[in-house]
Amino acid sequence: MVANIFNNRTSLQTFTSILEKLPYSHPFLFVDTLNHVDENGVEGRYTFPVDSFFYTGHFKQTPVTPGVILTEVMAQIGVVCLGIFLLTDALTDDLAIAMTRTQIDFYKPVFPGETVTVRSTKEYFRFHKLSCNVEMLNSRHELVCRGSISGMMKPTTYA
Amino acid sequence: MQTKDELITTLKKIVKPYVQDEQAFEHVTESTDFINDLKINSANLVDIALDVEEEFDIVIDNEAMERMLTVGSSMDVITRKLAEKA
Repeated sequence: MVANIFNNRTSLQTFTSILEKLPYSHPFLFVDTLNHVDENGVEGRYTFPVDSFFYTGHFKQTPVTPGVILTEVMAQIGVVCLGIFLLTDALTDDLAIAMTRTQIDFYKPVFPGETVTVRSTKEYFRFHKLSCNVEMLNSRHELVCRGSISGMMKPTTYA
Repeated sequence: MQTKDELITTLKKIVKPYVQDEQAFEHVTESTDFINDLKINSANLVDIALDVEEEFDIVIDNEAMERMLTVGSSMDVITRKLAEKA
């Protein structure tokens, strides 16, 4: 029992410290919570606020979450959060990141107010390049989009 | 073990899918720089290293990776790693 409490608190601290190290802020932070993270993958969630800036123009009459934003949500949760976790030993504050490749197929639209879950599995992390297979599900557990995303992640200072 | 000509041919085959400057690729020499001459990005440089590992069944470490910036230095890394293995 004691061990359980300890484990839960430890992972909560891990989630919090990852979220604190994310280099994004409003209106371009697309991570609400992390459900799980380990060296092989990550799962997290984001709810799209109905007043998100892109809904006024995409589309003019009918607000639908742009695919480029869904891609960004998958990259922030699936690649950047995982990368921060994997770099945890080396990382202090500064992190140089760049998305280098995306290949995504889209299956379902996401409307204002919806919550999505992102699951990412590490393909490899070598020489600062993190490559992941990532999928997004809506709250009905339907596949929204799926693909692969790669990025370069380098700590610019070492602890 | 491959001759130098065979090695450069194999390396060119590995590098080709990542090349952004085809003209520079037609005139590859040992001094050709992957990033500056062939306009390959750093992420694809990692792919080249991983493809080299698979093709030659060797392991590229961080130190070797840092040297793999030109065709010539990559051939040197491959030759050394193959020799260590033999």
